Amino acid sequence: MADETTLFELVSPERLLLSRQVGMVVVPGSEGLFGVLPRHAPLISTLVPGVIDVYEQGAVTDRIFIAGGFAEVTEDRCTVLAEAAVPVAELDLAATEQHIVDLGEELKNLSGVEAEQMTARIGEQQRLLEAMRAATA
Amino acid sequence: MPSLKDLKTRINSVKSTQKITSAMKMVAAARLRRAQEQAEAARPYSERMDRMIASLAGRAARGPTLLSGTGSQDRHLIVVMTADRGLCGGFNSSIARAARTRIAELEGEGRSVSVLCIGRKGRDQLRRDHASLIVDTVEGVTQRGVEFASASEIGGRLIRMFEEGAFDVCTLIYNRFQSAMTQIVTLQQVIPAPVPDQEGDGGGGLYEYEPDEEEILADLLPRNVATQVFSALLENTASEHGARMTAMDNATRNAGDMIDDLTLTYNRTRQAYITKELIEIISGAEAL
Repeated sequence: MADETTLFELVSPERLLLSRQVGMVVVPGSEGLFGVLPRHAPLISTLVPGVIDVYEQGAVTDRIFIAGGFAEVTEDRCTVLAEAAVPVAELDLAATEQHIVDLGEELKNLSGVEAEQMTARIGEQQRLLEAMRAATA
Repeated sequence: MPSLKDLKTRINSVKSTQKITSAMKMVAAARLRRAQEQAEAARPYSERMDRMIASLAGRAARGPTLLSGTGSQDRHLIVVMTADRGLCGGFNSSIARAARTRIAELEGEGRSVSVLCIGRKGRDQLRRDHASLIVDTVEGVTQRGVEFASASEIGGRLIRMFEEGAFDVCTLIYNRFQSAMTQIVTLQQVIPAPVPDQEGDGGGGLYEYEPDEEEILADLLPRNVATQVFSALLENTASEHGARMTAMDNATRNAGDMIDDLTLTYNRTRQAYITKELIEIISGAEAL
């Protein structure tokens, strides 16, 4: 049982980021974290911003931050479609903070529908930042 | 007969044109390789997204309007994807032609059509006959490689327009990349989303869904629109560079032929002058 593996694929719109056999992955589903072991029941779930932990031989080998996406799990495979994925070690909080400040500046020049959209985008970025903080803490 | 000096100038100007076209060919070839790699790398994402939608679409009884449509087919939006720059053979014209045919076809059926241009050349060509239909033009998307962010912006915009009820059906027109020589003009419907063929495994029914089918679909479909726009942009960029490479290769070859012709004329003319001068000298000497 211990040496059984499942295929884990991490795909971004730009490219296939990761595809290899792993022991277990823990994925931030929208209804809570869930672990995927070999022979997991087929499942499709939406994901929230958070960290994917990749386990091999009982130890975490990779920690990857994703900004939301989808997971498709079958008995022998776990596919994550992520819009953006960064290894936790390379997360750049300052850049995101700066981005939020920049968006705030832009918001000042906007009005009406555009301003609403910008506010929504800022909210999104702030949630992302919080998830990043939680990931690095 | 042109003078020797004129010929020399022409030869030089054709030579410098040839240098430019061959440099452009080189650049296009390098960009083509990059664009092709990018298109290749983006394929897994859209494949897997198709698979998920296929499995979900079968399950959700009454999907969101992005999937099932508004129930009407009267108002069409055509997204015409072209390049921002010319000098790439028939690339832009073939898309514009396909767009015009499509517009005529739809209008013939009595439907209303609006057009969103991505890329400046498409707008320039369609503006002549269909200026009133063009809603807006997006430029500079493919300037520095295609990024998912710009595709998702366009996708978001399409969805907003759809939700505001600006159209019922949205079709992309772009060039699918086949090889550097051939691009295939492709019409692809994105809204309502065409359901990909389910590959007879019937596995769709076995999945558990978290949260439920409809919520996942509501989240997945807008992203699918962005993904489709993204892959169309990638295909289009690869096609553009391929077309430009071929066009510039031809131009370089033509310039070479022209230089050969001009050089021949130049040499003939020069010889004719020399002969003429010799005859003048000899007949002058004989006359003495």
